[in-house]
Amino acid sequence: MHLKNHKGLILLLFLLVIPLKIDSNYLYSTLVIIAIYSIVVQGLGILMGYAGQVSFGHAAFFGLGGYTAAILTTRFQWPTLLALLAAAILPGIIAAIIGRQTLKLRELYLALATLGFGILVHIIFNEGGELTGGPSGMSGIPNLTIGIISFDNDQKFYLLVWFMLLLILVGIYNLVHSRTGRALCSIRESEYAAENAGVDCARLKLQAFIFSALLAGLAGGLYAFYVSFISPSPFSFHTSVQFVLMAVIGGLGTFWGPLLGAVVVVSLNELLREIVPLLIPGAGGEYQIIIYGIILVGLMIFQPKGLSSIGRYFRLPLKKELKPEG
Amino acid sequence: MLLELSGISKHFGGIVAVKDIGFGVKEGSILALIGPNGAGKTTLFNIITGALPPEAGSVTINGREIVGLKPFEIASAGITRTFQNLQLFGSMTVLENVMAGAYLRSKKGFVRSFLSFPGTCREEKKIREESLILLEEIGLAETAGLPATQLPFGKQRLLEIARALASRPALVLLDEPAAGLNPSETEALTDYLKKLKTKGTAMILIEHDMQTVMEAADRIVVLNFGQMIAEGTPAEIQAHPEVIKAYLGEDEKIA
Repeated sequence: MHLKNHKGLILLLFLLVIPLKIDSNYLYSTLVIIAIYSIVVQGLGILMGYAGQVSFGHAAFFGLGGYTAAILTTRFQWPTLLALLAAAILPGIIAAIIGRQTLKLRELYLALATLGFGILVHIIFNEGGELTGGPSGMSGIPNLTIGIISFDNDQKFYLLVWFMLLLILVGIYNLVHSRTGRALCSIRESEYAAENAGVDCARLKLQAFIFSALLAGLAGGLYAFYVSFISPSPFSFHTSVQFVLMAVIGGLGTFWGPLLGAVVVVSLNELLREIVPLLIPGAGGEYQIIIYGIILVGLMIFQPKGLSSIGRYFRLPLKKELKPEG
Repeated sequence: MLLELSGISKHFGGIVAVKDIGFGVKEGSILALIGPNGAGKTTLFNIITGALPPEAGSVTINGREIVGLKPFEIASAGITRTFQNLQLFGSMTVLENVMAGAYLRSKKGFVRSFLSFPGTCREEKKIREESLILLEEIGLAETAGLPATQLPFGKQRLLEIARALASRPALVLLDEPAAGLNPSETEALTDYLKKLKTKGTAMILIEHDMQTVMEAADRIVVLNFGQMIAEGTPAEIQAHPEVIKAYLGEDEKIA
């Protein structure tokens, strides 16, 4: 591991200290949500940006993670860390089961199949009765405890999720610069040629799908512990679209894309909620959605390759694509 | 024999693509597959590499039956190919294309890739060095860092060949490697293929450039409308009346 390849990560590490100085709960909670979403989008970025497979069902894996953590801790009194592990593993297993069939589909058909899966899972959350608490959800999820540390305030949680995100970033960096990363890229470019190079495309796509579901589940588990209350609404189709948006806006197939995408989409949501009522007095939520939409469309027109390609204007090392090690 | 085909047949609807094809390729030899367009040459490549299932017949490599195996399994059995209409990994660099072609030369799977640093990986270093050497030999070393799509067409063809060789296959199927190359590039390619042969790599060559074929090939198989009409050494094929009639038109000598 060469230090120069990790300039960005080191810079990020410094940036993460700043909120500790400001010490605002609002800032912490926004940053926690950004990190949680970003963990989902990291996995989705591997699936979409490297393996070239789209998924409109990742809110379902996110939700399955959340509900797994919630149900195991409140209904079955599991230790929280174990429940968090289960929150990652269960969506992974489900992805392994459904992926075998759905990944045979391509492009739009795959998008439709994953969309259907997402809606199905959302209905199950709603209609789960006793187990899921139905539309009103379930509360009283305990604080996450690892060893003797209980993550009972925003600051601790902030440090935890960003630490996890950093570990995941390092792992993703390793992955995309490895033989497996190249193979994933080759699937995206020409599945036919990838097979002829000896890549078992079906298997590798399934692994990428499972990997993305594991991360989504982990993020869901963290979300449940953070909010301590869970209901079906944050796991709807709308959230799946947001995840895809973050991946695309950040820049598919780029290292910093998923993080950047999550930062921009979440911040934009927050900003618009503050600013729109000031600009247009009495404006309702629909104005926010319209402006939000206009900004996103603009981004896609002027930065179709995603925000991480903006880095070149400032000579920032944002657009870290699959590059050979020097 | 390294590769043996026997009784290979395939129809597309009512049209015979190939019928009852059988021939063998020796270790470290070049077999040229010639015939007019639509004779079934590329179809045969697709059958050998597992992209198309044949209706009848068998393909063996070192005595092992490979009909019914998936393309990636056939690749790991030691057969790779190039494509007539190029299938490069366009957004990747020239070097990465070759390194991706060397997939079978290393082992690290998804989980281990995630958990270990690429800089400390020996395998990775070895693959990088081997790939650079391959690019050097084929004359693409100075373009190693360029995106593959930025290469001129002729160089893209060479890159496909380098990628197909990266896994060190026993047999490479080359689908019109000289198409789009200028005469001097074609000559360099012919020399390279002959050199490759002396290193022990066997090749099947689909090629329309007769000079390349006659110079490089040890044996030639001639297809016409999916049928094998002749097999033999270049000299035998040049003198074969059926070939002259079917492939080159009557009353014409091959240069």
